[in-house]
Amino acid sequence: MNVTAYVVLSGILFTIGCVGVLTRRNAIVVFMCVELMLNASNLALVAFARQHGNLDGQIAAFFVMVVAAAEVVVGLAIIMTIFRTRRSASVDDASLLKY
Amino acid sequence: MYAFNEGAIPVVAPTDADGIYSLLWLIVALPLAGAAILLIGGRFTDKWGHLLGTLMPIGSFGISLALFVDLLGRDEGQRQITQHLYSWIQVGGLDVGADLLYDPLSALFLLLITGVGSLIHVYSIGYMSHDPRRRRFFAYLNLFVAAMLTLVLAENYLGLFLGWEGVGLASYLLIGFWQHKPSAAAAAKKAFVINRVGDMGMSTAIMMFFVTFGSTSFTVISENAAGASETKLTILGLLLLLGACAKSAQFPLQAWLLDAMEGPTPVSALIHAATMVTAGVYLIVRSNFIFELAPDAQTAVVVVALISILWGAAIGCAKDDIKKGLAGSTMSQIGYMMLGAGLGAAGYAFAIFHLLTHGFFKANMFLGAGSVMHGMNDDVDMRHYGALRKMMPVTFLTFAMGYLAIIGFPGFSGFWSKDKIIETALADNWLVGICALLGAGITGFYMTRMMLMTFLGEKRWEKDVHPHESPSVMTIPLMVLAALSVLGGVMLAGDWIQDFLAPVVGTGAHEDPPLPALAITTIAVLVVASGVALAFVLFGKRDIPRTAPQDVSFVTRAARAELYGNQINDGLVVTPTRHLVGGLLAVDKHVVDGTFTGGPIAIGSLGAVARRAQNGFVRTYALSLLGGALLVVLALLAVNLA
Repeated sequence: MNVTAYVVLSGILFTIGCVGVLTRRNAIVVFMCVELMLNASNLALVAFARQHGNLDGQIAAFFVMVVAAAEVVVGLAIIMTIFRTRRSASVDDASLLKY
Repeated sequence: MYAFNEGAIPVVAPTDADGIYSLLWLIVALPLAGAAILLIGGRFTDKWGHLLGTLMPIGSFGISLALFVDLLGRDEGQRQITQHLYSWIQVGGLDVGADLLYDPLSALFLLLITGVGSLIHVYSIGYMSHDPRRRRFFAYLNLFVAAMLTLVLAENYLGLFLGWEGVGLASYLLIGFWQHKPSAAAAAKKAFVINRVGDMGMSTAIMMFFVTFGSTSFTVISENAAGASETKLTILGLLLLLGACAKSAQFPLQAWLLDAMEGPTPVSALIHAATMVTAGVYLIVRSNFIFELAPDAQTAVVVVALISILWGAAIGCAKDDIKKGLAGSTMSQIGYMMLGAGLGAAGYAFAIFHLLTHGFFKANMFLGAGSVMHGMNDDVDMRHYGALRKMMPVTFLTFAMGYLAIIGFPGFSGFWSKDKIIETALADNWLVGICALLGAGITGFYMTRMMLMTFLGEKRWEKDVHPHESPSVMTIPLMVLAALSVLGGVMLAGDWIQDFLAPVVGTGAHEDPPLPALAITTIAVLVVASGVALAFVLFGKRDIPRTAPQDVSFVTRAARAELYGNQINDGLVVTPTRHLVGGLLAVDKHVVDGTFTGGPIAIGSLGAVARRAQNGFVRTYALSLLGGALLVVLALLAVNLA
């Protein structure tokens, strides 16, 4: 089977996520972009698993999903807390931890 | 007369100890055991510690006396005996035995140390009776006696050095015995530090002995001394002189002796008058086989001696503190001994003779001063004394015997010993002789001043002072020492002391003095008499003010300040050393520390630049993450495509 289309889509999604992470200030949007990048990589994993005809890539995708789910829980909780204390969800405002 | 050639340098050639001489080690061991028992036993020995401490030197005296009597019965060639105890140090070519040497010189020293030492121990029982730390005092005194006996009994320079350091330690402990007084603690430290200067000379000399002769034993060195170059022997002589100067408080290392009077008076009598400070004289007389071959070193000894005679006498003239006056006198009298020792074979015996008589009369006078202080609430200022003659008759009479002996009143011991040194000095060089004569005149002056201010004249006591005679445990040693001060001159009868010491120090070629001996004696007595008369005019006829007058001449001020000895030391040594140390400290801080901390500092400043990357903006981190990932991908592609 030809996976070119899937890989191209995965690349497009990854790039969109990457640009989103680098350009957007809102923590929720940045977070969603990170998820987009994860899913792009999931798509590539599953596509290659299909091409090779084994389950290794699909299992890896499962792991990514589980980790992403856990990450969402922790990440959203952090964003909530920051928003509550600082009345802002901008990632540039939370820049106190530095040199 | 005797088997030794006139003018020849004697060689130490002892025979092995047997019979009664096998007890030799016990002389040192007894007081050492006393010190050990009293120091280790601690408070359990408080009750009887002073009695044990007194018995030990008396035991040593008994043995010394028995050996001396036996020695007198021996043939003159058989009067050097060694005892090998054990092999002390054996490293490569260095083989030093713990050997003892008993010969006429050490025999006389043993009698002086244990005899006068025992009397001072007895005296201390009374003098220290109110001191809660009396047991410790006796332990230190015993330690001192043991070390001093080691010094004079050792058969090699290393053993001598062991005793040398031992007496230094004991002196330090005893000067600072009343350690709660900051002045006493400082005085002890000063004595210790100045003695280190001399020890440098001593230890360098010992190393040179080993390098030159392969041994430190008197026997070996005296045999081979003639084979060494004169330069080497002169350096050795000067190094030994440096050691002797520190120990005997001779110019230029004299500054510690006056401060050392902070110690209890028996200590001043035993250590800083009769025995330890004469160790320098012993060292030079013992090393006669070096000095005889190094005339330049001998000249140095004479110069040091003359400066010390006059310097000490000047101090003695101005001090109002009775003990410091006596200390100045000690320095001056040791100068006479050094002078005798520096005059070579003609003077060695007289140096030792004066050392012995001085040991008697100066210990007597120090103990007398202690007895006066005992009755005067420990006041040492002679301006607060006066008219004590009636209140302390025994102290007065015994002190008077010491006084007559030290000024050289005809017939008393000091007369014979000092006269002989002056005579020998005049025969050697008229300038040296005249300096010695002048010193004798000043001695007459300052001792008369001390006598007048203390025992005669008007009462100048403090209000709450009630002078009284000391208990008999203190006065009996005074009487014995007074008798010795009077009779010490018998040692000269029939040239006994010269003949007795001849196996050790040889006999000098006899030089005729420029004047007949009787004329010299008469002149000496007249010079002393004029000194005494001057003191009578200045201090006997006039009232003595209770506080020292301040409007005095420059000379008096200088003498009161010990001829600025401390200031000279400060200016020449202490301050430059401080500056040097300050400079070294700065170099250490900036150069050495800079070198070693420079690397970390550079890395630290690099970090200060690099940490700017941690700016806190999460998107910057994301970008650098992306950049890193791209770099890895590019690298992989480059590798795969290549």
